[in-house]
Amino acid sequence: MKTKSLLLVAAGIAIGATGALESKKAYSAELFFPHTVYRTGAYAPSGIPSANGFRDYYALLNKRDGGIEGHKVVSEECEFKYNTKIGVECYEKLKGKHGGAMLVNPYSTGLTYQLIPKAPVNKIPILSMGYGRTAAADGRVFPWVFNFPATYWSQASAVINYIGAQEGGLGNLKGKHIAHVYHNSAYGKEANPTLDALSAKLGFKLTKLAVDHPGQEQKATWLQIRRKKPDWVFMSGWGVMNQVAIKEAASIGFPMTKFIGNWWSASDADVIPAGDNAIGYKGTNMHPAGTKPKVIQDIIKHIYGGDMAKAKANNVGEVLYNRAVLGAFYATEVVRDAVKLAGGKRPSGDQVREAFENLNMSEARLVKSGMKGYAPSFKVSCRNHEGNAPGVLIQQWSGSKWTTDGKFYPAMNDVVRPMVEKAAAAYAKENKIKPRDC
Amino acid sequence: MEVLNTFFVAPFLDMGSDLIFLTEVIIGGMMAGIMYSLVALGFVLIYKASGVFNYAQGAMVLFAALTLVGLMERHVPLVLAIILTMGVMIGLAFLIERYMLRKLVNQAQIILFMAAIGLNFVFEGAGQIAWGSNVKKLDVGIPDKSFEFGGILLNSFDLFAACTAAILVAILALFFQKTPTGRALRAVADDHQAALAVGIPLNTIWVIVWSVAGFVALVAGIMWGGKAGVQFSLVLIALKALPVLILGGFESVPGAIIGGLLIGIFEKISEVYWGPAFGGAIEGWFAYMAALIFLMFRPQGLFGEKIIERV
Repeated sequence: MKTKSLLLVAAGIAIGATGALESKKAYSAELFFPHTVYRTGAYAPSGIPSANGFRDYYALLNKRDGGIEGHKVVSEECEFKYNTKIGVECYEKLKGKHGGAMLVNPYSTGLTYQLIPKAPVNKIPILSMGYGRTAAADGRVFPWVFNFPATYWSQASAVINYIGAQEGGLGNLKGKHIAHVYHNSAYGKEANPTLDALSAKLGFKLTKLAVDHPGQEQKATWLQIRRKKPDWVFMSGWGVMNQVAIKEAASIGFPMTKFIGNWWSASDADVIPAGDNAIGYKGTNMHPAGTKPKVIQDIIKHIYGGDMAKAKANNVGEVLYNRAVLGAFYATEVVRDAVKLAGGKRPSGDQVREAFENLNMSEARLVKSGMKGYAPSFKVSCRNHEGNAPGVLIQQWSGSKWTTDGKFYPAMNDVVRPMVEKAAAAYAKENKIKPRDC
Repeated sequence: MEVLNTFFVAPFLDMGSDLIFLTEVIIGGMMAGIMYSLVALGFVLIYKASGVFNYAQGAMVLFAALTLVGLMERHVPLVLAIILTMGVMIGLAFLIERYMLRKLVNQAQIILFMAAIGLNFVFEGAGQIAWGSNVKKLDVGIPDKSFEFGGILLNSFDLFAACTAAILVAILALFFQKTPTGRALRAVADDHQAALAVGIPLNTIWVIVWSVAGFVALVAGIMWGGKAGVQFSLVLIALKALPVLILGGFESVPGAIIGGLLIGIFEKISEVYWGPAFGGAIEGWFAYMAALIFLMFRPQGLFGEKIIERV
């Protein structure tokens, strides 16, 4: 009897201790990251790896780190098929869930345009990482929108910088011919003003060729390329347009090494349908592809239990997957700063915005986060929401993987920034916004 | 004056200045047009036999291509995969007849059209649920090499598609004109009540025609999927077939081919020579505009039957 009682007491102590440990592990609050995704529809091949990247990184933070500063990361997807109207409905549906969204990452330029006026009203900052409205880089007019580490305009100027380097210097671009093949949408047209300005400044001939949505048939476009014989082609495509363009370029014999896609036109799904024809195709990027980076290895270990086949089936290591991981990293680091600003509590929208504006993604911080060599470093300010070091990496398709020399090609800030400020001033005037003084 | 030059003089001078390029544009347009015709054929078949404007034809193309590539990914040999996919399409034709058409006999055309819209969503959803939404490479061994002939750029894949379309039209024409089933199909299309009265089994005919449309969808899916991978955007090629149908006529197999060729040529010429004046990307709406202008003069299309109804 005595032994039985002792055993019961011991069991009780053990259960109690376990419970105490569990309660210590319990999260203080929930930090909600809504996510508008497109796992179905015409743009699903791009939407699926992106959605998986966000999902896995949020799960990694909970599993590996116990959330953010003791708070649980909660995410919820809403399918919008890359349809802006449905995307706005998703935003309205999700914005107040789990105590309210920390920020939104629309993953669509069209949707970003629609959400910009809503951000200050709902006090939910927008992170449009490398997409969206370029003029939003001027934080005086767009205090709630952040588009680091580089805008479309900066990206286009960095591509010209790269082409200049290949031609032996920017001075050698005079008399050269560059074609811009673009998706006939707000997104596709974004790079045109920069290219026009650079064409005037550097003396290269610019031909702009629009491709209608969705871009399954591009014979006319590529026959014009064949006739005009540009030295380089830069593409701002999306979805099936990219795959068809690469095939058509190969079909007319345009050299792949002189064909550069922007960072939404150079993913695994874009090159695989073209097979060997895509070998040599180039694209811009802001992070490495593949499964070698530490954060990707962590995902494979913690989320997929080391099962590489399962990880690959979920697009781990693909360009757009890795980009989404980068986006989730930046988003959660901003919220980490915001939690600290709130004294360890759940931050308000204003505090998240303040954290955005003071974000210092220094090399030291990247080392500490295990993201050195994966995420670009930069510093955001009240005035400059794009960050102070925009530029691109150039990656190239080998037939089985993307490779990069790791060389960073900076944007031409002297050309782009005045254009950004001019466009932002025009937006402010049109929408009767008084720019902040900073 | 400058406007007149931009729209009415410069494009023609440009055409005349480089006749080889003009020929290339025309051939490119014909090759693109043939691909539209492959999709348009499916519409024509079903419209001929059941009077239904099959809004789901694009989704059928996607579903057939997804099924084929899904089977091939599971290491099913190509020929067997094609046979199995055809089996799936025939099975679906049975289901469509049993659960959709049979219930809607004698309903107004708009009801049948609405049902086809519903069917489109079923195909879209079922295809993606069963086989996923990722882009899939489809390689059935069609050669895809470009070469020059007399200075004109040609592509072996495009030529193969053109030959396939020609063979398909010949087979369909023989089927409709020379076989008892084909004649029965035409009888049903003319007047299904009269056809029933003379003993033609309406339900069987519908299954046959939807199966044939499924076969055409599979061929179109192989061609379009081979070009740009099998993915959801295959559904949208139906939009390319509409001006072809308006031009060629909804009931004519040869009309689908001729309409496709004309629309293809018109699209490419307008894009290349008039596109710059409009800022580019005009081929899509230009095709519709051309078809609408054509409608004003010949509402039944090039080869469509002129409908005269008594008041």
